[in-house]
Amino acid sequence: MVTLLTERGRYEAAASTEGESLWLPAVALSMATGWELKPEGFCRDEICVPLSRGRESEFRRGEEVDAAKLFRYAGQPLAASRDKSVWSFGTSAAIRSSALESLEAPDIGLPDLAGKVHRISDHRGKKVFLSTWASW
Amino acid sequence: MWQHLYDELKDYGFMVFAVAMESRGPEAARPWIEAAKTTYVSVIDADHRLAELYNMVNVPEAVWIDEAGRIVRPTEVAGSGDYFRKMDRVTRTLPEEGKAMRESMRTRYMDALRDWVKNGNRSEFAFDANAARGHVRKQTEDVALAHCWFRLGRHLHAAGRAEEAEAALAEASRLHPDSWNIWRQMGDMKLEGKPNPDFWGRVDKLGARRYYDKIDMPGMP
Repeated sequence: MVTLLTERGRYEAAASTEGESLWLPAVALSMATGWELKPEGFCRDEICVPLSRGRESEFRRGEEVDAAKLFRYAGQPLAASRDKSVWSFGTSAAIRSSALESLEAPDIGLPDLAGKVHRISDHRGKKVFLSTWASW
Repeated sequence: MWQHLYDELKDYGFMVFAVAMESRGPEAARPWIEAAKTTYVSVIDADHRLAELYNMVNVPEAVWIDEAGRIVRPTEVAGSGDYFRKMDRVTRTLPEEGKAMRESMRTRYMDALRDWVKNGNRSEFAFDANAARGHVRKQTEDVALAHCWFRLGRHLHAAGRAEEAEAALAEASRLHPDSWNIWRQMGDMKLEGKPNPDFWGRVDKLGARRYYDKIDMPGMP
């Protein structure tokens, strides 16, 4: 089992690591990150990174995909613990920047002190002043 | 800090969504939230996910979002400025000149926010689409990777793997040196909330560069 940390949260998945590879069930990768290997390429939402012809077998074996290799191929950031038991998957600056430049406010749900999750989008119809602070 | 403003403006269709960047978890934020008796939304972001989504580097920063969910002011400093650098580092008090600057910046920022809440897109402080896009901070792939390392470091820290956590967080800070959030949160985790003795040294190293970016509003220094 490995732990996957993504902007959606934390997931546990059956996986095997070999060198720089992380073989995961394709459904686990999709659930944790939104990325899927499709006939048209490696895709999330409307974004698809085409795979070179004949290379699919490097990235897929049966129901499993090499998540690490796919992320590197698609220019998406990732980091792993030394023992490869924890993997952190991110989103490229190119995708982030284009999302922000669309001016559609990225949505997120975060817990209050009681653990209740609030989403920014819960407040559509109001003007929202989204602000940060910290104790440190 | 925002409760008074929220009370004043809530009947205009306004919400404050305040996010505490606290990787040590909700207990680090609880005393402040309870003391402020907040009635607006007040949530905890242990992984600094908001900083990742909105390209934030400091606190306090803010984003203004209209009724349709569109950003009318992208991430910027929420009314603070570098006057704090003139603070007496022993007594933590500001000289008169610094207090005046703090007051003037806060007032200008709050007045701008009031103006937008009451006048919407007619407010001079709500950017049109082109101006808003022009104010989106540029992001680099190093910054995107830094957020991965930060998230990994936070997880390892919470799992008790302190030495490896520290290395992961240091890597995040190396990749994203402009993020005071990452650097300060890293110190806070290591020191478990005690003041960071290296803070002023790192601030002083900025020299003529700003700690808080300039706020693009008339009259802001």
